[in-house]
Amino acid sequence: MRWAALGALAVLLVLPNFLGSYLLTVFIFIFFYAYLGQAWNLLGGYGGQISLGHAAFVGIGGYTSTYLAMTYKLSPWIGMFVGGAAAACLGAVIGYLGFRFGLRGFYFILLTVAFAEICRLVVSHVEALGGALGLFITFSGDPWQFQFSDNRYYYYIALGLMLAAMGIVALVERSRMGAYLAAIREDEDASEALGVNAFGTKLAAIVLSAFLTGVGGTFYANYLFSLQPNTAFGIPLSVEIILRPIVGGSGTLMGPILGSFILSPLAEVSRAYFAKGGLSGVHLIVYGSLLIAVVLFFPRGAYPYLRGLVRGRRGGA
Amino acid sequence: MDPILLGQAALNGFLFGGVYSLMAVGLSLIFGVMRVINIAHGDMMVWGSYLAFILAFRLGLDPFVSFVLCAAALFCLGVVVQRGLVNRVLNAPHEMQILLMLGVALVLENLALVVFGPDTRRTESAYGLATVWFGPIFVDVARLITFALALALSCALYLFLFRSDLGKLIRAAADNGYGALVIGADVERIYTVAFGIGAACVGAAGALMSALLPFSPAAGFAQTVTSFNIVIIGGMGSLLGAFLGGLIVAVAESLGAVLLVPSLKELVGFVLLVLILLFRPQGLFGGKTP
Repeated sequence: MRWAALGALAVLLVLPNFLGSYLLTVFIFIFFYAYLGQAWNLLGGYGGQISLGHAAFVGIGGYTSTYLAMTYKLSPWIGMFVGGAAAACLGAVIGYLGFRFGLRGFYFILLTVAFAEICRLVVSHVEALGGALGLFITFSGDPWQFQFSDNRYYYYIALGLMLAAMGIVALVERSRMGAYLAAIREDEDASEALGVNAFGTKLAAIVLSAFLTGVGGTFYANYLFSLQPNTAFGIPLSVEIILRPIVGGSGTLMGPILGSFILSPLAEVSRAYFAKGGLSGVHLIVYGSLLIAVVLFFPRGAYPYLRGLVRGRRGGA
Repeated sequence: MDPILLGQAALNGFLFGGVYSLMAVGLSLIFGVMRVINIAHGDMMVWGSYLAFILAFRLGLDPFVSFVLCAAALFCLGVVVQRGLVNRVLNAPHEMQILLMLGVALVLENLALVVFGPDTRRTESAYGLATVWFGPIFVDVARLITFALALALSCALYLFLFRSDLGKLIRAAADNGYGALVIGADVERIYTVAFGIGAACVGAAGALMSALLPFSPAAGFAQTVTSFNIVIIGGMGSLLGAFLGGLIVAVAESLGAVLLVPSLKELVGFVLLVLILLFRPQGLFGGKTP
């Protein structure tokens, strides 16, 4: 298993030398959405607190670092952590309100949606942040400003983000907090009866998850060179974020990564084939159908299913 | 602020509230019976609007007539969704049902986008511009008819649920699904009918609303949020609460648009949702919690 992981890492490290620019972009999005999915997984997968408003953290993170870079010339390399901290603050507010008032399940989902939409509407009315048109970053090619003329740098940054999130989530998984989160997910009342501080644990999970997602916002802004409130805070981005861990297997370390390797190419293919004919919604129909299929046939996601297959074969032989 | 202007806005909102009520009654029925959260509700409504648009465009049917056909079509859609999908996950964890309905919502919204395009539409009605004046205040005839029809449909649904045998079975299954099974009720069939009726309500609401407001495939999500706003305010699962909640939210939105910037109208709804979730999640008129 360890050798397989090292082998896969070695392949990913040398891969950019063999990829064309289009495939390179596909891989950048695979890594980046796996990163966002992993951040969501911490709260939604391990903790069972489903957020359908994670785009809010991407938007806050991206807007913070971009605004600081444009107005105060602060490097996005520093700004990304400021943005992450701003997103963590929003996460703390949502978590404090939601968990203190005991919102569970669907009510918590609605709360996260409402906050994301409030952020979107407020930012679209703030002139300093470009209003509904958004912010546009001019290209200077300066690495200190998070800009590179070669896409391969973005590839390695996205890969680094994905691996870093995986490392952080792996640490949490093995820690006391990981056990608490799993207990809360399975039965919150029972876990509290056993002395788990459910409020504090859930709050810590949403703050960490929001921080990681906010850091990703800086990559999002600087890779796309622009930020619009409707895309950076919108529900479609939140859906993109939750789909990968759910399809791959939420609450597992490999789930978001596997899900991203399944979904991103699928989205690219349906975009490439149908968007030319003006059928721009087709990849979302594919997403929706896939979500339905996963719930009906693989409710635990692809990774636990595949692992079961491998174990079953070994056991049989 | 001019009191006549405010009164006019409140009246317009109140009359418009009929369709909100009808839409929320459908959602509340679906939740009350199956405990399923229909995230695709707003997208079903948009399909009702597009059907009314097509019937008006091709056959010249007025939406105040064609809403019956739209309701029937959405009934069928509801039956298919319940039979094919929801009945299979009734015992699955709540999150799984929500994700399933999110999938249905994505498919419905983007199917509308592919079929009808992203443009904003509006159904033509013979009564679209007619008004009646009462002193300084005018009444929009289309809104008046819409309100009357929405009220009539809601009353018909109430009579059906409380007077007919099938309606009583639906309420029995809502109160205690296992108990209904014990007395020999075909619970899966009851669920199918209940989801169909809920979808028919929102289909009729969509058809009626299409004459009052412009719509597009992207409008579905906002309508879903509005529906949940109303249903939570009225108390999840309470039909009367949903009806009154619809009127309250419509008046609040209408006044909000006059008092604030019109483009911030949506913000009123979301802030209201957060406040209700935090301080009165059981709603103003009581109800069940999911």
